[in-house]
Amino acid sequence: MKILVCISHVPDTTSKINFTESDTKFDTNGVQFVINPYDEFCLTRAMWFKEKQGATVTIVNVGGAETEPTLRKALAIGADDAIRVNVNPTDGLQVAKELAAVVKNGGYDLVLAGKESADYNGQMVPGMLAALTDFNFINGCVGIEVDGTTVSATREIDGGNETISSSLPLVIGGQKGIVEEKDLRIPNMRGIMMARKKPLQVIDPVGGEASTNVQSFEKPAPKGAVKLVAADNVDELISLLHNEAKVI
Amino acid sequence: MSVLVFAESSEGKFKKTALEVVSYGKKVAEQLGTNVVALTINASDSSELYTYGAEKVVAVSNDSLNTFNAKQYAAVVTEVAKAENATVVVVDSSIDGLYLAPIVAVNLEAGCASNVVAAPSNVSPFTVKRKAFSNKAFSNTVIATDLKVIGLAKNSYGIHENAVAGTTEAFEATVVESGVKSEKIERVTGKVTIADADIVVSAGRGLKGPENWGMVEELAEVLGAATACSKPVSDLGWRPHSEHVGQTGKPVAANLYIAIGISGAIQHLAGINASKVKVVINTDPEAPFFKAADYGIVGDAFDVVPKLIEKLKAFKAS
Ligand SMILES: Cc1cc2nc3c(=O)[nH]c(=O)nc-3n(C[C@H](O)[C@H](O)[C@H](O)COP(=O)(O)OP(=O)(O)OC[C@H]3O[C@@H](n4cnc5c(N)ncnc54)[C@H](O)[C@@H]3O)c2cc1C
Repeated sequence: MKILVCISHVPDTTSKINFTESDTKFDTNGVQFVINPYDEFCLTRAMWFKEKQGATVTIVNVGGAETEPTLRKALAIGADDAIRVNVNPTDGLQVAKELAAVVKNGGYDLVLAGKESADYNGQMVPGMLAALTDFNFINGCVGIEVDGTTVSATREIDGGNETISSSLPLVIGGQKGIVEEKDLRIPNMRGIMMARKKPLQVIDPVGGEASTNVQSFEKPAPKGAVKLVAADNVDELISLLHNEAKVI
Repeated sequence: MSVLVFAESSEGKFKKTALEVVSYGKKVAEQLGTNVVALTINASDSSELYTYGAEKVVAVSNDSLNTFNAKQYAAVVTEVAKAENATVVVVDSSIDGLYLAPIVAVNLEAGCASNVVAAPSNVSPFTVKRKAFSNKAFSNTVIATDLKVIGLAKNSYGIHENAVAGTTEAFEATVVESGVKSEKIERVTGKVTIADADIVVSAGRGLKGPENWGMVEELAEVLGAATACSKPVSDLGWRPHSEHVGQTGKPVAANLYIAIGISGAIQHLAGINASKVKVVINTDPEAPFFKAADYGIVGDAFDVVPKLIEKLKAFKAS
């Protein structure tokens, strides 16, 4: 089985979010970048397939050279090789178009992508990729088994789970559950050494165009201070929630 | 020209998000000087949508669409969008809706913006405000294509009545081959889900152990709320994973979020920032949650929560 895992390079969750150039650019100053947490679940699942059933695992990112440390980290976790599509994308559609070209050229059976990226939280790329490649698609995936070309997967639905069968080729929008957090892999020394020698191919974009552009960013208005209520006066809390906030 | 909204239903009944997308679609239609058309799939009666501004409802009934399937549903939305000459398509952000917008956008070769939180600030160029960076910022995004697809964030625009005289037309939609097959659906019944709840009562490690969740459930029951928890609580197995909210868990965009014994770590807040009113109950006055909350009680949950339950029962009865 040939697996492709899409890796997004995102600011660490604790990062301070600031903007520059009159609020038109994300300020990367002092920001630590990591593998997108949802992609990490997918990567770990891919490693499991590789080790237990035999598979090759390629990782791919659409982005500039600054994303290479993140790709090296994913290689250190155990992916076999990496592809970087050399363009700084401006929207999800552009990313999906570039990924679709990689998928079509590479003959992959299974494409794993996190359900969203932790920066723009678009939740657009996996679905667009499935539509552009005409692969089968399972969204919100919390479990997947592959037997030959037959797939059994579980996805989250409102208030429960749905079991789904599919055939390959398939695009998965994955999330926690596809593996558990305690099973996530951390690169070890040997992995880091080996990752340096693994192939990281830089390819030119096919020129997929974005269809949206960010005009500006803004931060939420500063919040007023919390209104504290004495612990022995829950009546006041109820009254505030009823009369002032009007939520009960 | 028209604005098409997909009004999602479950077992024939419209979800709250469906009424919200119709309300939103009506607003966009007004801005563009056109009408809003609502698409329903297997809903029994669509007249409720007239109340929120849908002058025309396109009703699809087809047993093959009984369970949600992203590609099949997207194909139906696409077909109706073409038939109705829609320039803007609006889809909600339910657990399923989220996946429709991008596929519809590819089908229609339209630009797509998800997580939209407000009516367009401008229709030429078409500019919408979206959540980004786990609710820590917004981006004002221009959709540059002629056709536009919008994924509306939950609870962001609200439900607005705008009664019109509407009509419903049946539509024979083509069901495309999807490649995936639903084998089994398991739902926890009789409980409000986090996704649908207006009120969420959530508790963290401050509750010390799973045996103490009785009062959390009771408080939720009094309020008609869903229960939730912080990540360590689900990691420890005190509560099911489906209740874990936050950056790596579920997002909550409720009207009221009550956090009991939760410190308010940034990853937790990332998942609940979109909630309107936040209440925190915590023994530690320095807990970061107090900075994010609207109302707070510095106190012991084991003392405050039972009192709150008792007083709320009296309040509800009065
Ligand atoms: C990559 C990453 C992703 C993460 N994703 C998430 C996520 O999605 N969701 C999430 O929740 N966390 C997430 N976390 C974990 C997060 O950083 C915190 O560790 C977690 O939210 C803390 O949970 P807690 O507040 O329940 O527990 P604690 O940090 O232990 O806090 C317990 C709180 O209870 C209070 N307390 C104690 N006793 C009482 C009492 N009797 N009455 C009232 N209050 C009391 C304490 O003062 C304290 O504030 C993530 C972390 C990482 C690194």
